[in-house]
Amino acid sequence: MLMERTTYVDGARRAWPLAIAVGGFGLTYGVLARQAGFDPLQTIIFSLTTFAGSAQFAAVSIIGDGGTAVAAITAALLLNARYLPIGLSVAPWLRGRPLARAAQGQVVIDESWAVSHLGGGRYDPRLLVGAGLTIYAAWVLASVVGVLAGEVLGDPETLGLDAAFPALFLALLAGQVRERGLLLAALAGGVVALAMVPVVPPGVPIVAASVVCLAGLRRPRVRDAVPA
Amino acid sequence: MSTAWIVVLGASAGTLLLKGLAPAALGGRELPPRLTGVMALLGPALLAALIVTNTFASGRDVVVDPRAAGLAAALVAVALRAPVLVVILVAAVTAGGLRAIT
Repeated sequence: MLMERTTYVDGARRAWPLAIAVGGFGLTYGVLARQAGFDPLQTIIFSLTTFAGSAQFAAVSIIGDGGTAVAAITAALLLNARYLPIGLSVAPWLRGRPLARAAQGQVVIDESWAVSHLGGGRYDPRLLVGAGLTIYAAWVLASVVGVLAGEVLGDPETLGLDAAFPALFLALLAGQVRERGLLLAALAGGVVALAMVPVVPPGVPIVAASVVCLAGLRRPRVRDAVPA
Repeated sequence: MSTAWIVVLGASAGTLLLKGLAPAALGGRELPPRLTGVMALLGPALLAALIVTNTFASGRDVVVDPRAAGLAAALVAVALRAPVLVVILVAAVTAGGLRAIT
């Protein structure tokens, strides 16, 4: 069988089902960001410039809870810290000058990264960019729709929308916890955060929970180094 | 500048660096194994912290309110492998419904 050259369209085609799911996230993000006190422009620009669902959700939920900007930014960047190792994994396969490679790195998210994996640590840059741009478009569009939907929804507590945040994070967590060590880290992170709630201002317990991952120093051999 | 703008700008700039740094620097080198171990645990620990604070925190008070019921319902939905949107809807309907009848 001949090896076919992949195209950006192949990437887009493979990302299509994922883009729908990400669109659902984006919709929820738009609604919840408005509820947390972000105005429509801030909500949409955040999606345009950051393109990282869990980090955006974390940031707006901390602000909505009365936390400081520093706590929100720190939590968002800690959640995005995984893009450092993920970026390292795709870096050898990207082409062009450093700036062009950095630009390609911007469309890396969990889903596009997974789609472009050819196995054995090899990545296809066209699949990555095609999938990444498709999901990016879905993310931004859905954020806009979420903002508009938020305008017509009533009191968020009556609708139970405040319970949507933890449910969303739970769904994200379920996708990440695939071995015992990760489950233990999640449990420990939850315990640390809860214990800190009465002691420090909102947002800080989440950042404090990151000390848990120092336990990773004792696991020098990690089978699956970067989360899928 | 409002808090929200500071968050948008700060998180955007930081994410830009996190995503762009390794591809720009290339090298093809991997992180030291100890550091990847730390990175691997970061996501689950932070997500769990977000779940707990978004469910049981009200300012600096620890409370159990309809959000907890919503989370319990979401857990069941996740265990049944429901799609993400369904998980969120189940939680919202449970919490909202509980408020409506109490």
